[in-house]
Amino acid sequence: FLGAGGGNDIQWCFSQVKGAVDDDVAEADIISTVEFNHSGELLATGDKGGRVVIFQQEQENKTQSHSRGEYNVYSTFQSHEPEFDYLKSLEIEEKINKIRWLPQKNAAQFLLSTNDKTIKLWKISERDKRPEGYNLKEEDGRYRDPTTVTTLRVPVFRPMDLMVEASPRRIFANAHTYHINSISINSDYETYLSADDLRINLWHLEITDRSFNIVDIKPANMEELTEVITAAEFHPNSCSTFVYSSSKGTIRLCDMRASALCDRHSKLFEEPEDPSNRSFFSEIISSISDVKFSHSGRYMMTRDYLSVKIWDLNMENRPVETYQVHEYLRSKLCSLYENDCIFDKFECCWNGSDRQVEFLSLCTSDLSNIVMTGSYNNFFRMFDRNTKRDITLEASRENNKPRTVLKPRKVCASGKRKKDEISVDSLDFNKKILHTAWHPKENIIAVATTNNLYIFQDKMN
Amino acid sequence: MFVRGLKRKCFDGEEDIEGTLAGIKAIPSYNLQRQSLLDMSLVKLQLCHMLVEPNLCRSVLIANTVRQIQEEMTQDGTWQMINTQSTGQASLDRLVSTDILCRSSRDQAEGKHVSAYGTFNKDFESDQAQDSSETMSTASSVQAPRNLQSNVWEMENPQENKGNFQKSLDQIFETLENKSPNSVEDLFSEVENSYYDLDTMLTGMMSNTKMGHCDSLETFSSPTNTASNSNCKSDLNDLDHIVEILVES
Repeated sequence: FLGAGGGNDIQWCFSQVKGAVDDDVAEADIISTVEFNHSGELLATGDKGGRVVIFQQEQENKTQSHSRGEYNVYSTFQSHEPEFDYLKSLEIEEKINKIRWLPQKNAAQFLLSTNDKTIKLWKISERDKRPEGYNLKEEDGRYRDPTTVTTLRVPVFRPMDLMVEASPRRIFANAHTYHINSISINSDYETYLSADDLRINLWHLEITDRSFNIVDIKPANMEELTEVITAAEFHPNSCSTFVYSSSKGTIRLCDMRASALCDRHSKLFEEPEDPSNRSFFSEIISSISDVKFSHSGRYMMTRDYLSVKIWDLNMENRPVETYQVHEYLRSKLCSLYENDCIFDKFECCWNGSDRQVEFLSLCTSDLSNIVMTGSYNNFFRMFDRNTKRDITLEASRENNKPRTVLKPRKVCASGKRKKDEISVDSLDFNKKILHTAWHPKENIIAVATTNNLYIFQDKMN
Repeated sequence: MFVRGLKRKCFDGEEDIEGTLAGIKAIPSYNLQRQSLLDMSLVKLQLCHMLVEPNLCRSVLIANTVRQIQEEMTQDGTWQMINTQSTGQASLDRLVSTDILCRSSRDQAEGKHVSAYGTFNKDFESDQAQDSSETMSTASSVQAPRNLQSNVWEMENPQENKGNFQKSLDQIFETLENKSPNSVEDLFSEVENSYYDLDTMLTGMMSNTKMGHCDSLETFSSPTNTASNSNCKSDLNDLDHIVEILVES
């Protein structure tokens, strides 16, 4: 039963690492998003250079029963190009902010990728046969002289080396004044939302020249702007429900059936401030960087600078659980403000869940019971909701051997540093793990450091 | 409410920020820490980021922090105390230290464009000057006195990016007496107004700030509101022409 063991009961082993080895990071190679598709067979990454790289899991080899299939490069394509807005003398970054896969309907795969301004629907299809034996063309494509054709034949398909082609099928542009931070596909698989700092738009996947604005928090007078949208997501089951989070640490749940413009939330989730922890940085660290629904949709998880919070959709006034990711940073907030790290946007994710088992377990417990999120020094953390245990692991090339169980790490906040602990002042704040993803069905995780992608899996006995 | 008198409650034990506290020795008092946080925030708003629009979320959060500090300082009445004659030297040190911070940042930002967030500095400083224009004039008097009525948006003159930081800092203090005490929310006002009409014309390309070389866009208004509107209108005429060209193309 996958995931029931808990974050500590799963023994995570290094599996693979993708990306350049040298420490000199090319800016274009910085990974900006990571996402498994619905089956987990494909793993997509987007980078600052506007490229999408898709890895495919090898089919399991019967002789290699000790590990699951490896992920190898399947397709690479340039999704977005840098653009220049001549009117404002501004560059529009080609950095891929988010990738979201569509569920597979036929042989081809589809994903949405977005930069700050434009969303694109990409079709990734395989070609492993080609027609041969045309009547009017030679094999190399030259046209034959029709007078030399004396017989007719039917072209046949012959196998060829696998070619994976990516083609843009839809381009959804010119609907966002501000920078897009989220895209989320609706459970109807026909519509999706895109959210920027101040507005959320609803699109139909087939229609590119029109989108509906469903949230607009831009004040009439921009002087009054004090809050922005930071993330948004559709409910996994209810196609009229979505949530969006803000820079003030609130989450609003909206129902599109209530009105065309969902300016008035149906629910507002907000935890009252802890007065003992109040500082000038309180608002900044309360800003929510990511929001994710649990698989059942009963809970949602939010990530702010120092913690992960689990909310029950039925309770608005406080989260049901709070997990401290790196509380030892609370005394360092001024330095982190100075070097801008305090504005880092960490994502979070739930463990995968097997859909068959999920159906059976609906009445007992929510299958979403482990949360994972990144931290600094290439550390990432997992919290088990059932056992309340947590673990800190490191994505590093030092643990390079496959099937090497990762050693738990510990940060020493103060006082005497024990052996194998790392003191807070030794942490490398340039090595941050912002993006992580969990295979939808198996205990395989993808963790992105600045320019490398690590794949870990649980130890199979 | 924020608890005062707790030293270093929200500040780190070891400040190793390059140049930031150059002028402050020993254990900084709460007020000095708060002031340095304010200075840091203003510089952050001023920094430009390549040719790309700055992150709106980050800007809003920094602006809210500045507003918070300003509110607290106004409530405390400490704003007036900060820049009295006796601490004039200290305030100048702070000027220097933020300039050092700025300069090092400017080196990083070599060849990049001046940010319109320079405008936000001026707005903020004007609010802080609300209660203490007389004391701020002490600090500003160390600068070359300038015509208070002159258009301080000197960025309309073709300037190298490098020169602008120092100049903006100078302008911050000299505009203190100049500005009407508008609300802190002036932060986004001036840039936004000029593009309001464009929003209806162009479907996508709008921003609440502006960056870059385009000289016609640089000519933003003088500090007062009325002047700002009129200058924005003249900018719009220039922009209209540009937009026509772009839309037709």
